Amino acid sequence: MTAPRFVPPLLALACGPGLVAIVARTKARMAGRVGPPLAQPYRDLVKLFRKGAVYGATTTWLFRAGPIVGFATAAVAAALVPFGGLAAPLAFPGDLLLLAYVLALGRFFAVLAALDTGSSFEGMGASREASLAVFTEPALVLALVALARLGGTLSLSAMLAGVGPAAWAAAAPALALLVAALLVVFLAENGRLPVDDPTTHLELTMIHEVMVLDHGGPDLALVGWGAAVRLWTFGALLVGLAVPVRTGDPWVDAAAALGGMVALGVLTGLVESSMARLRLRHVPQLLLGAAVLSVLALFLVLR
Amino acid sequence: MNAPLDAILVGILLTGFLLLGSSRLVSCIRTVALQGMLLGFLTLAAAERDAVGRAAVLTVASTAVKGFVFPWLLVRVLRGAQVRREIEPLVGYGASLLVGLGVLGLSLWLGTRLPRPDPPLSTLLVPVALFTMLVGLVLIVTRRKALTQVLGYLVMENGIYAFGAGLVQEQPILVELGILLDVLVAVFVMGIAIFHINRQFDHIDTDRMAALRDWTR
Repeated sequence: MTAPRFVPPLLALACGPGLVAIVARTKARMAGRVGPPLAQPYRDLVKLFRKGAVYGATTTWLFRAGPIVGFATAAVAAALVPFGGLAAPLAFPGDLLLLAYVLALGRFFAVLAALDTGSSFEGMGASREASLAVFTEPALVLALVALARLGGTLSLSAMLAGVGPAAWAAAAPALALLVAALLVVFLAENGRLPVDDPTTHLELTMIHEVMVLDHGGPDLALVGWGAAVRLWTFGALLVGLAVPVRTGDPWVDAAAALGGMVALGVLTGLVESSMARLRLRHVPQLLLGAAVLSVLALFLVLR
Repeated sequence: MNAPLDAILVGILLTGFLLLGSSRLVSCIRTVALQGMLLGFLTLAAAERDAVGRAAVLTVASTAVKGFVFPWLLVRVLRGAQVRREIEPLVGYGASLLVGLGVLGLSLWLGTRLPRPDPPLSTLLVPVALFTMLVGLVLIVTRRKALTQVLGYLVMENGIYAFGAGLVQEQPILVELGILLDVLVAVFVMGIAIFHINRQFDHIDTDRMAALRDWTR
């Protein structure tokens, strides 16, 4: 029995906000609060989509294109990453590079939209986002290259399908390094805590949130939904590596991966509850550390 | 392929990178302690069936010395010297990590060129030993605080030890004891040196010693 191939992106679109809710719920529980209900992100999206958009007089079409391109690239990325044993609808040799750079395209448009407003705060956020991207990119791409070498294939779906118990038994150190590196990339790319605080509203310290200050209504909804889909997509990549359940029955594998995603959400919440945001000048060091882990894994599999 | 051995070797590699990237002296000392313990278990994992008893003794001895005695001594020195972190290394932490990667590539390449013991325990063993030695060298060359330089010396010694651990079944125990004694003496010498530098100049930043000059003016 094979699963329909459009399931992974649909799951990402539908469950991405749920993952955000799990993280928020975990953080609230750790802080002794009840926390918002798990449906809160969905309600926020519905509320925002029903509002009208407001555009500044200085903005151009770039500002309007930013959220749309951001959401579209996140959706394309979600269509590239398999979920557990479910193969992705888009799979071809070399799609790992498309994944890395389609996400970079979304980021590029977010930065352009932020610069387009002419606000100095948003410009600051844009410059930080762009400079940190320089450090996350090698970590992500090198990790994917190591994975490609390990699986002997250039397609994400094929290489993640190959990461079963047998692969873990054969190359456990390399895979563990890759999981650690991708966890740091996951936190950094999605603006989670040791790198960026998603809940702060102090313009001087935030990175991602400050770039979207001027968006409102449906635009903000697209930004938030796109961010949730990105979070889910990176999570699917990480869980595909860290949960090596490949029974052959796609639904069992998907259920295991779903459990992994919930665990990842809880783990992110725990990390966010227990760590303070790093000072900005220490962030490159952390990301460089992730890149070092990726290179180390690459050396180990090249050997 | 010996899986626990490989895991330990990768752990040793990671401690090397941690040392290159961290600025707090206390965490550096802890990392060296962890590296020492990993080395102890490396001996155990590398031992052949009939030599497990001897390897266990060696593991206990080296874990005790490298994992507990040295760190304790060094933390004492640290407390006395009143330094918390390496302020301005000659080469920054990010650049040190990149240097570390270069060193790793070099040792992996060298590991393929050197003759190996027959049969090789793990193809990673020789590169990891070389890498650890070179990381120690990098620490000695690029850090300013005498304490970090002592740590670099210890790390170099760890690398030499790892080299020996791979040959443990071919080596007489005297050589192994010699290595331990060697490290012990080295730390004593360096500890005494730090004590004197500290007593004389009130700080252990070796760069300031370069400013010593004769009264010629």
